[in-house]
Amino acid sequence: MTFIAKPKVTHPSLPKNALGLTRRDYEGALSTLCAGCGHDSITAAIVEASWELSLEPQNVVKLSGIGCSSKTTAYFVSGGHGFNSVHGRMPSIAMGANAANRDLHYIGVSGDGDTLSIGLGQFCHAIRRNVNMLYIIENNGVYGLTKGQFSASADIGTRAKKGETNFQPPIDPVLLAITLGATFAARSFSGDKQQLVPLIQAGMKHKGFALIDVLSPCVTFNDHEGSTKSYAYTREHYEPAVHADFVPLEREITADYAEGEALPVVMHDGSRIVLRKLDAAYDPTNRITAWAQIQERMKAGEYLTGLLYVESSQSEFHDINGTPDAPLNSLAYEALSPGAKGLEKVLARYR
Amino acid sequence: MPASTATRINDFAIKIATVNGTGSASANSLLMKSIFRSGIPVMGKNYFPSNIQGLPTWYEIRVTRDGYVARSGRVEIMVAMNAETYARDVKEVTAGGYLIYDSTWPRPALLKREDITVLGVPLARLCNENFNGVRTRILMKNICYAGVLAALLDLDLERIRELLAETYAKKPQLVDSNMKAIQLGYDYARQNFACPLPLHVEKLDQTAGHIMIDGNTAAALGCVFAGATVAAWYPITPSTSLMDAYKAFCDRMRIDPATGRKNFAFIQAEDELAAIGMVIGAMWNGARAFTATSGPGISLMNEFLGLAYYSEVPAVIFDIQRVGPSTGMPTRTQQCDIMECAYASHGDTRHVCLYPANPEECFYMALQAFDLAERLQTPVLVLSDLDIGMNDWMCRDLQWDDGYRPDRGKMLRQEQVEKLEKFYRYIDKDGDGIGYRTLPGMHPKAAYFTRGSGHTQYGTYTEDSTEYQIVLDRLLKKWDTAKKLVPRAVIDATAASAIGIVSLGSCDGAIHEALDVLQTHGVGVDYMRVRSFPFTEDVERFLAAHQLLFVVEQNRDAQFRALLTLETAVDKAKLRSLLHYNGLPISSAFIVEGVLAEIRPRLRAQPQDAAHG
Repeated sequence: MTFIAKPKVTHPSLPKNALGLTRRDYEGALSTLCAGCGHDSITAAIVEASWELSLEPQNVVKLSGIGCSSKTTAYFVSGGHGFNSVHGRMPSIAMGANAANRDLHYIGVSGDGDTLSIGLGQFCHAIRRNVNMLYIIENNGVYGLTKGQFSASADIGTRAKKGETNFQPPIDPVLLAITLGATFAARSFSGDKQQLVPLIQAGMKHKGFALIDVLSPCVTFNDHEGSTKSYAYTREHYEPAVHADFVPLEREITADYAEGEALPVVMHDGSRIVLRKLDAAYDPTNRITAWAQIQERMKAGEYLTGLLYVESSQSEFHDINGTPDAPLNSLAYEALSPGAKGLEKVLARYR
Repeated sequence: MPASTATRINDFAIKIATVNGTGSASANSLLMKSIFRSGIPVMGKNYFPSNIQGLPTWYEIRVTRDGYVARSGRVEIMVAMNAETYARDVKEVTAGGYLIYDSTWPRPALLKREDITVLGVPLARLCNENFNGVRTRILMKNICYAGVLAALLDLDLERIRELLAETYAKKPQLVDSNMKAIQLGYDYARQNFACPLPLHVEKLDQTAGHIMIDGNTAAALGCVFAGATVAAWYPITPSTSLMDAYKAFCDRMRIDPATGRKNFAFIQAEDELAAIGMVIGAMWNGARAFTATSGPGISLMNEFLGLAYYSEVPAVIFDIQRVGPSTGMPTRTQQCDIMECAYASHGDTRHVCLYPANPEECFYMALQAFDLAERLQTPVLVLSDLDIGMNDWMCRDLQWDDGYRPDRGKMLRQEQVEKLEKFYRYIDKDGDGIGYRTLPGMHPKAAYFTRGSGHTQYGTYTEDSTEYQIVLDRLLKKWDTAKKLVPRAVIDATAASAIGIVSLGSCDGAIHEALDVLQTHGVGVDYMRVRSFPFTEDVERFLAAHQLLFVVEQNRDAQFRALLTLETAVDKAKLRSLLHYNGLPISSAFIVEGVLAEIRPRLRAQPQDAAHG
């Protein structure tokens, strides 16, 4: 960790977003993670994405479970409420919070242990409910806080720092999410901010559950020769398939992309994600072929990255539940209580 | 035939033995409700299997002019419809009582007891001759015994028709077929037996201003009136009907008339861990939220309960207790989660618990639970049980004051936050151990970080011993505040006795009856019903003021007694446990016998002490 606190005074020349806020206004407490940790880059990407989107800081809700990744919710958007809950159970906290107030931006940050082992059930069911939230997995293949055990995302043949080899097949969150009917599944790398920032923006704007699995090397326990989650290995085997650019509502799509190459996906608020296929054969809107291609390339030792599957037509939790547009926590008591007259009617059935 | 019991009007118990899934539930509720509508207090208890179809099930109806709400421990009339359980059903009839059975087939074994009257009615034959279809014949056979009882007990057939018309308002053809079955049984009994029996009902006027309702329905209604908008749960007997009732009430009363949208979220979770997580998330975010579960669910919720306690997030949990340990007997009743709920989760945790005694109290305590949870910023567990939750109880009409507004506790409003220099979540500004809370979305100044890891009173992460202890000690102060806010015990000291009964929850009905019976034995006993944990001051006083205390509860290990010894200054030597834990609701007879067994030798040894009685 770094012990040098940045001064709170901001320089007047710092660029401001539509709300007149600088990037500094989207930062949080000092990180206590190891120097060089991939997670800190993801934190920086979240700060950048939130600033660019001009999110009201108080409307950002940060949720996490337990682990290195889960600590990071304290390191961005200090103007938003945070909830560091229990191991693997963040999705249920997010579901409840979202049920109470559908108007806020919910960002869940989890790790591969938190999501794919202890929290696998809750992760799957959050996808099933299509809770409107961004769910980031900071995936490094190891348990950091308990000093380097394999996680469920460790690849077959990968070697731990102490030398042992993993023989169990990994659980891949992107493949799993696509199988479960997720409406937004992306993969990125903590070292690729250019790819990650627009993905985070698109995920925040996506109506429903948006998963971004971010390969985020652990410099202390999983960055050695023989590891398949090291910086070096990831850079070598990392294959962008679809680039996603987020285009806010107020900005016109410019002619940056050649006809036929760009595929705009309209979000519920009218903003757009423009997908650029880097791999001509890859179709991010076809669940079946997307799944098959990710799987095939994975067998060949490559991680396809980018917005790997997206579908904007699905209903999120509140649409299915039929809740009102106004958040449930804002409804006046008068609208909720049947009153003495209502009670009398009810009692008549029990006489 | 033996001489029948002496004439007993409006004071006897009927037990009906059937097979589950054969429509006997409709027949039984028809009988019970027709008695209730005739103005006579009545109690109904359902002993059903954890099964869909084909296993033995019993229903006990107690007609009680004195308005008792517990089992008497006697069975004056047995309707034996299940060949599989004939032997034990015959045995259970109180001497001088009656046994009604289906005499379509000869059952010589049933005629062996000479101290009871056996009445055979060829129910299957009557129904086979008058109805078509196997399923219909089975269902109608059960309705038919209701007709037999109507004749024997002198029930009003018009009342029965009226009830059928209400039940089948949408299928009027069923009113006629059911009424036909009733009439078959009724006529057969009138033609073959001297009707009514010496045991029968006579109209009274004692049920006006009362309803027949189960505790789960009443608790669900309380949640609606409390303004709860988020309900998350995982199906588990015997709590499921609470959630079903909440949804049914909301589907009728919480639909926005203009938009048709639902002013509630009803979420079936993937397990109890997720259910409590959703409740915590929703209440943290300012909605009133609750879950309902039973013992196994509480076991799973332990970790989250510790988080909510330590991070001070309100939550409301209904534990409809059933027989444990482990899966236990899911459709039988016990009070076996007292200890588990009081101290749920690892580390130093203590939780506010409420102990309703009947459905009426389930309604009011549901409201109190939300107010207390938000006032104290902590989980509140309402410990009902299967007996209260799933049986229909006669209760006074529920009352509602339209002036009620939810107590949201120390929740800052947006304009208050704006005026603050800085906001700290866990500072004890008022000296009552309770900090102020804010909601997401209010203002950047309102933001704080909620965590189950060590934190300072300013809400920041800490591993500093002193900072950690400041927060942990404040939670104790909050516990003291809770003692002043939770419902006090209900104390009946009219006997001014040195002997007292101490109990909680659903034992209440049986205890009230037992006190009356003991009085007839010349034994006066005081009674305290504890309604909450932490224990209020009056609990300590009652314990100190009595020389002999019977602690009545429905579990094997005397959990309530243990909690009393841990959390009060009571002298253990004064406490005698009366433990009922076979899964059936406690009866008054059990308590009377238990008290007398202890007291009689004392009375003989020290006759001067009898003055206390």
